[in-house]
Amino acid sequence: MTVYRAPLRDYKFLLEEVFDVGEIAKLPGYEEATAETFAAVLAEGAKLCEEVLFPLNLPGDAEGCRFENGVVRTPKGFKEAYDLFRQGGWTALAADPHYGGQGLPATLNFFVSEMVASANLSFGMYPGLTAGAVEAIHQHGDEVQKKTWLPKLIDGTWSGTMCLTEPQCGTDLGQVKTRAVPTDGDGVYRITGTKIFISAGEHDLTDNIVHLVLARLPDAPSGTRGISLFIVPKFLATDDGARGPRNGVRCGGIEHKMGIKASATCVINFDDAQGYLVGEKNGGMRAMFTMMNAARLGVGLQGLALGETAYQSARTYALERLQGRSPTGVKFPDKPADPLIVHPDIRRMLLTMRAYTEGGRALAAWVMQAEDKAHRLTDADERAANDELVGLLTPIVKAMLTDNAFLVTNLGMQIFGGHGYIHDNGMEQLVRDCRITQIYEGANGIQALDLVGRKMGQHTGRLLRRFFHPVDQYLRAKMSDPALGEFALPAYRAFGRLQQTTALLAQKGLVNPDEAAAAAAEYLRAFGLVALGYVWTRIAEVALAKRGMANGEAAFYDAKLATARFYMAKLLPETGALFASIGSGAKPVMELAAEAF
Amino acid sequence: MKLLVAVKRVIDYNVKIRVKSDHTGVETANVKMSMNPFDEIGVEEAVRLKEAGVATEIVAVSMGPAPVQETIRTALAMGADRGIHVETDVELQPLAVAKLLKAIAEKEQPQLIILGKQAIDDDSNATGQMLAALLGWPQGTFASKLKIEGDTALVTREVDGGLETEALKLPALITTDLRLNEPRYASLPNIMKAKKKTIAKLTAGELGIDVTPHLTVLKVEEPPKRQAGVKVKTVEELIDKLRNEARVI
Repeated sequence: MTVYRAPLRDYKFLLEEVFDVGEIAKLPGYEEATAETFAAVLAEGAKLCEEVLFPLNLPGDAEGCRFENGVVRTPKGFKEAYDLFRQGGWTALAADPHYGGQGLPATLNFFVSEMVASANLSFGMYPGLTAGAVEAIHQHGDEVQKKTWLPKLIDGTWSGTMCLTEPQCGTDLGQVKTRAVPTDGDGVYRITGTKIFISAGEHDLTDNIVHLVLARLPDAPSGTRGISLFIVPKFLATDDGARGPRNGVRCGGIEHKMGIKASATCVINFDDAQGYLVGEKNGGMRAMFTMMNAARLGVGLQGLALGETAYQSARTYALERLQGRSPTGVKFPDKPADPLIVHPDIRRMLLTMRAYTEGGRALAAWVMQAEDKAHRLTDADERAANDELVGLLTPIVKAMLTDNAFLVTNLGMQIFGGHGYIHDNGMEQLVRDCRITQIYEGANGIQALDLVGRKMGQHTGRLLRRFFHPVDQYLRAKMSDPALGEFALPAYRAFGRLQQTTALLAQKGLVNPDEAAAAAAEYLRAFGLVALGYVWTRIAEVALAKRGMANGEAAFYDAKLATARFYMAKLLPETGALFASIGSGAKPVMELAAEAF
Repeated sequence: MKLLVAVKRVIDYNVKIRVKSDHTGVETANVKMSMNPFDEIGVEEAVRLKEAGVATEIVAVSMGPAPVQETIRTALAMGADRGIHVETDVELQPLAVAKLLKAIAEKEQPQLIILGKQAIDDDSNATGQMLAALLGWPQGTFASKLKIEGDTALVTREVDGGLETEALKLPALITTDLRLNEPRYASLPNIMKAKKKTIAKLTAGELGIDVTPHLTVLKVEEPPKRQAGVKVKTVEELIDKLRNEARVI
């Protein structure tokens, strides 16, 4: 059996004790977003996730979505849950108040989205995709488009999608073939083509679905420079914003997938459908890119979220399941066997899960706070500095958190033994659901290339410095601290090797790009592990300061310290192997001829 | 018509309760707290009465140290109009709570007071009855249905033989049972609105009430552990055990 309770105490710890959430309420427009607001919103969101969404997760996986006569049916209970979610205003959380949103910070949205994904990742896809569409229209649409589409998308009456992929093009969007033909109407086009892998492309949760579609104009240049973005709704909107006649948009089928089975992954056929150009002609890729970072951070936290559920479930099981005896002798003589937790290997697995999950959450929370600052600080230079930090760490949050999450969900299943392999216990679903997070929104290998090929060299390494400088300063200062040194010192050593490796890679990559590309995935992982070393040191610093005056909470802070120690001793050393492997260069990867594979 | 609802902050119903090692009480540090579920039903009923145009104002009251304000905020987010927080660090027992509520009721003059039938932490099931007695008001306890007709509250109660409906002349007091309603989830806009609603702070002294506890807790212990079962080989053995060991037949 899986269990899930929103980790509200950990949220409070990160928001109020590690990162000063008060800084967010100082940002213009976020005055309402105080620590009390965060707590109240998270507590109510937790209830909905635990009581409504989580119980639908396993049955939703078993039932899946059904495709009948062009219509997609979501599993039993999803519609009612969606209505509760929508009526509760949760779809509007971070959206612009001008169009009916609540205008709350990205940081708060992050924690709420984590809870939703922990409880039911498939369910979270529907409002998640809508939020992406809202962002696209909000940033790139004109005023008429915003007034027409945003209010109903924000209040959740309608939902949204992102239509990028086509049968011949996934990562390489330059090959998009969907055509957009101008009409007599200003900004109105006829869209024809087939899109695949469209999450929430068709379903029965809302009365209308608003697709954001990448397509090519007749005179467009080839490649990514010739792609434009269009709003193509399932039903047209009338002048007063109501649902109008049906548009030429049809669902051709749904995919049968490994996981997230309650999320409808659709083939969408556009047949001479009416669409509206968003932003500039041929400016579609740029519009996409502004959203890509947010979407990638979102996927990173999906992984994290599944890791949390896996950890909670495995911990509960390890404390209750009686099996075998401790290697050092019987620990619970009154019971027929000792609980799993007495076994060192079970503890290793649980601590690995916990260190990656709690550390990953801290890293992501730090990035989200920078995201809020990047949008709202008044000083343009400071905004840019935060934006650059977010840009640098986005591929790391996406790839490392999801890679870790796959390991974490797998360990969770392992702790359940044979029962982990049985569907009814829910653990194997977490593994299957998690697997997609390493693939979509840019496969993790693409994230590594983004880090090494784009972010590393951008502005002559300025993005790197946004991370290197504060981390160097912090760890150097804490290294000689008698209590904190045991955390800061190993973190600083690994950090030093990361800096050396970065310089080496930059140099070799300039001469031969294969050198950078061959090392990219390992470099991203090493970078991520160092970043986790940094946040675990910060966590340890707070825990050390608080545990003395912890008013009955000493156990909470002691657990943070023990987990931080585990991280430094057992997980951070992976960087050693990674740096050695990176040092071996591209040759071991490249020497075998393609035809010899 | 003004309504008063009392809300208590208790250990969340999902939390596995642990007894403190010194047996003076249960562990509350680092434990999730929420509104007593029966009180949540009380707030929900009040909000429904307001939505139906029967009630005009809902005042949510809680008592205890500063964090109980969060519980009042939850009531405000569900739809109560304002809050009253009686701040005290003294451990409050039912009689003290009833006396404080009486003092507040005299100031506020509500037509109806709604309380949970009991709080899930101490399960006393006493405050509502005590308060009605102190006020000299009619009481409808364990309400599973409530209807207001003019100056009468019709309260349906689930009793052993079936359903019993009582007519109470207002002002009256009711305590809620589980089936009265299903409380709503507070919406995000209402959580934000609740931040702007006022919570008046009072002390027991200002209300002229002595809240000194009259009951002393001697010891808090975990319930005895269940013994493992045994398999019996024959029906005769089962009957023998039932007769001689369990002594139930």
